[in-house]
Amino acid sequence: MSKFSRRMFAQTAFAALGMTAFAAPQAAWALNDAQAKALVDKTVAEINRVISSGQSLGRMISDFERIFTRYADVNIIARSTLGPDSRRASASQMRAFTTAFRGYVARKYGKRFNEFVGGVITVQGVRKVKSYHEVVTMVKLKGEAPFDVKFLVSDKSGKDLFFDMIIEGISLRLTERTEIGSMLDRRRGDIDGLIEDLKKSG
Amino acid sequence: MSDGVWDPDEAANRRVHAFNKKLDRAVLAPAGKGYVTIVPAPVVHGVSNFSDNLSLPGTVVNNLLQLDLGGALTNTARFAFNTVVGVGGVFDPAGLIGLHEKDTDFGQTLAVWGAPEGSYLELPVLGPSTQRAATGKVVDLVTNPLSYALPDPEKYYGTGASVLSKLGDRGNYGDALDDLYYNSADSYAAARSVYMQNRRFNVGAADGGYDDPYADPYGSSDNDPYIADQLDPYEALSNE
Repeated sequence: MSKFSRRMFAQTAFAALGMTAFAAPQAAWALNDAQAKALVDKTVAEINRVISSGQSLGRMISDFERIFTRYADVNIIARSTLGPDSRRASASQMRAFTTAFRGYVARKYGKRFNEFVGGVITVQGVRKVKSYHEVVTMVKLKGEAPFDVKFLVSDKSGKDLFFDMIIEGISLRLTERTEIGSMLDRRRGDIDGLIEDLKKSG
Repeated sequence: MSDGVWDPDEAANRRVHAFNKKLDRAVLAPAGKGYVTIVPAPVVHGVSNFSDNLSLPGTVVNNLLQLDLGGALTNTARFAFNTVVGVGGVFDPAGLIGLHEKDTDFGQTLAVWGAPEGSYLELPVLGPSTQRAATGKVVDLVTNPLSYALPDPEKYYGTGASVLSKLGDRGNYGDALDDLYYNSADSYAAARSVYMQNRRFNVGAADGGYDDPYADPYGSSDNDPYIADQLDPYEALSNE
């Protein structure tokens, strides 16, 4: 019984904290189509600059990590890829996981940037879906049919940030949720082991 | 259900996947990389264009079966233009003027007609599929009008070009597949997830929006009550 009430207390306290943390920015920020598009415009401009810079792969990867940190809600992406297992992670594990995840994503996707060299990304349009905005962009690579890349943008973190990138229907967040789940299975559910593996992957 | 995919034959599929991976490692990846190294890039590109062009009449049949008249017109115009101006489809002048293929197949036609997706299947050599997509593949094999219109030796050029085109893709765009096959913690689950997301996008079934990770910061959209019960962080603390 005492265990139960302690749990209740902790949950209620956390919920109350969460309320203020989430409710305050929501009232002040009402994301609209133009703001969502502006965020993706900035992100795309930076990505286009990296693609056309002709710099080394290592530089591209660190540039991509910088762009990802600045324009994406890495916290919520990391938490979402960990899924229900994030419930049992401690605060310090979540911090370590989020940092390791950020580097992993930058390496894994950053090293593919050379496939985009000579390509151009243009923002096509934006629409509101549920509580977030979907910004549609078109990627045109040399000698290829253009393809569709969507950015999902939300202001629920208190800032306008994207929380998913979807290439021809393939969501980075959902794909990494599968991968992180498999990595965690391989470690038999050990989150610290997962963090160590993540630092070496990508 | 894992990742929203119905995969009742997972054990059998995993065996096929292991075979496909071995085949890729031993044959397809080296052959693809060798092909694009030895054969000059313009030739590889030309063979790929030629193969794509030959598949267009079959695509037009499916556009029509789906009552997608715009797609049928675009693909017909593309086929005519590339066949005549692009020297039998070896070059792609249609692409230069923005006339790109509106790709589809009979699996998608079945989807438009309301056939259910069926379960997930990994096919030998061909890779990830679903029951509906695999059925469509069989039908597409026999409904390409060119296989009836062309005389005997010529109609096999298309098959040869198509195989070479696949090899070229493996050689030129293989980084993504390498990553998926050889750098994933579980390449079967990774391939299934990526294939199903892309397939549903192409079929047009993925337009209902994505789950909202902010709705519950703890990700209860994929809440598993058993996990939640067993692994309560507060429970663990009070037991210490």
